[in-house]
Amino acid sequence: MGEHLPILQVILPLIAAPVCLLVRHGAVCWLIATLVSWLCLAIAVLLLMQALDGGTIRYQLGSWVAPWGIEYVVDRLNGFILVIVAAVGAVVAPYALRSVAEELPERQIGLFYVLYLLCLSGLLGITITGDAFNVFVFLEISSLSSYALISMGRHRKALHAAYQYLVMGTIGATFFLIGVGLLYLMTGTLNMADLAEQLKPLAGSRIVLAAFGFIVVGMGLKLAVFPLHLWLPNAYAHAPSAVSVFLAGTATKVSLYVVLRFIFTVFGFEFSFAGQPFGPALLILAIAGIVVCSLVAIYQDDVKRLLAWSSVAQIGYMLLGLSFATALGLQAGLLHIFNHAIMKAGLFLAMGCVFLRLGSCRLEAIAGVGRQMPWTMAGFLLCGLSLIGVPLTAGFVSKWYLVLAALEKGWWPVAALIVLTSLLAVVYVWKVVEAAWFREPPGTAGRVGEAPLVMLVPLWIVVAANIWFGFETSGSVDVAKAAALALMGAVE
Amino acid sequence: MWQTFLGLYNYWIVILLMMAGFYIVMSRHNLVKKLIGLNIFQSAVFLFYISVGKVRGGTAPIVEEGITSYSNPLPHVLILTAIVVGVATVSLGLALVVRLKEAYGTIEEDEINEMDAAG
Repeated sequence: MGEHLPILQVILPLIAAPVCLLVRHGAVCWLIATLVSWLCLAIAVLLLMQALDGGTIRYQLGSWVAPWGIEYVVDRLNGFILVIVAAVGAVVAPYALRSVAEELPERQIGLFYVLYLLCLSGLLGITITGDAFNVFVFLEISSLSSYALISMGRHRKALHAAYQYLVMGTIGATFFLIGVGLLYLMTGTLNMADLAEQLKPLAGSRIVLAAFGFIVVGMGLKLAVFPLHLWLPNAYAHAPSAVSVFLAGTATKVSLYVVLRFIFTVFGFEFSFAGQPFGPALLILAIAGIVVCSLVAIYQDDVKRLLAWSSVAQIGYMLLGLSFATALGLQAGLLHIFNHAIMKAGLFLAMGCVFLRLGSCRLEAIAGVGRQMPWTMAGFLLCGLSLIGVPLTAGFVSKWYLVLAALEKGWWPVAALIVLTSLLAVVYVWKVVEAAWFREPPGTAGRVGEAPLVMLVPLWIVVAANIWFGFETSGSVDVAKAAALALMGAVE
Repeated sequence: MWQTFLGLYNYWIVILLMMAGFYIVMSRHNLVKKLIGLNIFQSAVFLFYISVGKVRGGTAPIVEEGITSYSNPLPHVLILTAIVVGVATVSLGLALVVRLKEAYGTIEEDEINEMDAAG
């Protein structure tokens, strides 16, 4: 059983999805989805522990030997990402029960869990596979299901957002497909480890360079790198609350993982950073993204949209760590992937609770809600502090390492910029806090109660994680460090 | 020079189709036309994979007496998967367009944008 964990990780949700489709009953599907999500988390934790102890796990699908067969590979990096994805899934699934029942028409509830499970299995598949083409297949499984999930939003704008995401996402995935095709053309292999070997003598090739461009730009679209982010704010703002939480915590992180995997493992550090000005280009895009999108976030009057713009800015911090091209920078970027997943999931969870009671997340609608839903908004505040990077929260740890990495490179203006842009986060988090606590509720609104326990408990688990990983930094920092060193070490 | 240019004609067709499709996606406001552009763009990539796998003078990859040279079946099989994905994408896209038409009464993106901006 233990040796088959890598395949179980993907295939459990993949099999549970059609089972849910046959059952169709909302509550039963919810039960299946929740159990499967928790099992996936348990498997992901076991895999990460194995990878940390014993090194890389390789699993040959159907015993077809790599590089001909498809193999699943779990090392420190993707073990870490698997845990993030599965953990967000495990928090969202129980939370979805009330949130989805409220926001979706009854006949769609069973289908929601089918799509959720497909999306989960796609994201886990992208992360675990060691085959370049397999990444594309899982990418499309997760993408197609997320387009449908987003379109389930209550407002008709959700349909438009889903359509825009479908067009942009398909262009991104097709770019990725072209890149993989070019690599196959040059090497005759699709296995990532084998590709890395075969590409070494081809470092000067224009075609490999073109493949690099297509893959990075294609995944950049899915990752919402500034300026390819235009689909993201609408998609997150209009999707059902549970979907916003799930996608904000997982989808862009997994895309970033694919970028990391390709530039470090497949193309190699030398090719990616030494042979071309990839680091500086990324640095400029990251900084532009952080500044512009933080400023845009300040001017939003819908909290979910505000958080979505802030997500694009936070992706900038992750890329900033990567653009330093040092082990410390990479470690900071990886830490921020994890920390951002928990802080943004927490913020969207809190907004889902507010949406459940008020039916809106606009700033004027949530006026005074802090006194009516104290637990929800306290959770929002704590996650907001983490987003800003206040000491003793998880967000502080990754910002700290980012500043350290910038100083290590001697780039003190970048370090100053990280601190300054955190002040922009103070502004937009404060806007929500001010509305929730210091404004009178609109006259028309009656009193609303606290969110149900089944939603508050997941929220507070995430809030506790934000605090825990702010105090007890050794766990997340060590794993990120091990993953960063493994990536850098693989090339030296 | 001229020989190599013409000899690579399959790639020129791929590039032409790809850019035509990409241009349609970006320039058209009609949601259905956008999807058609997207489909042409994807189809160009399918053609690319298929022509990469072709071996000149090779037959289909069948185990048979006397067959020594055959086309590489792997890209063809890969692209079969991508074609299925393409069909799924276009059908999901068209389903969304139907829903958009019901919700907004139009399939012109600029009109939808106006209605979105109005609230």
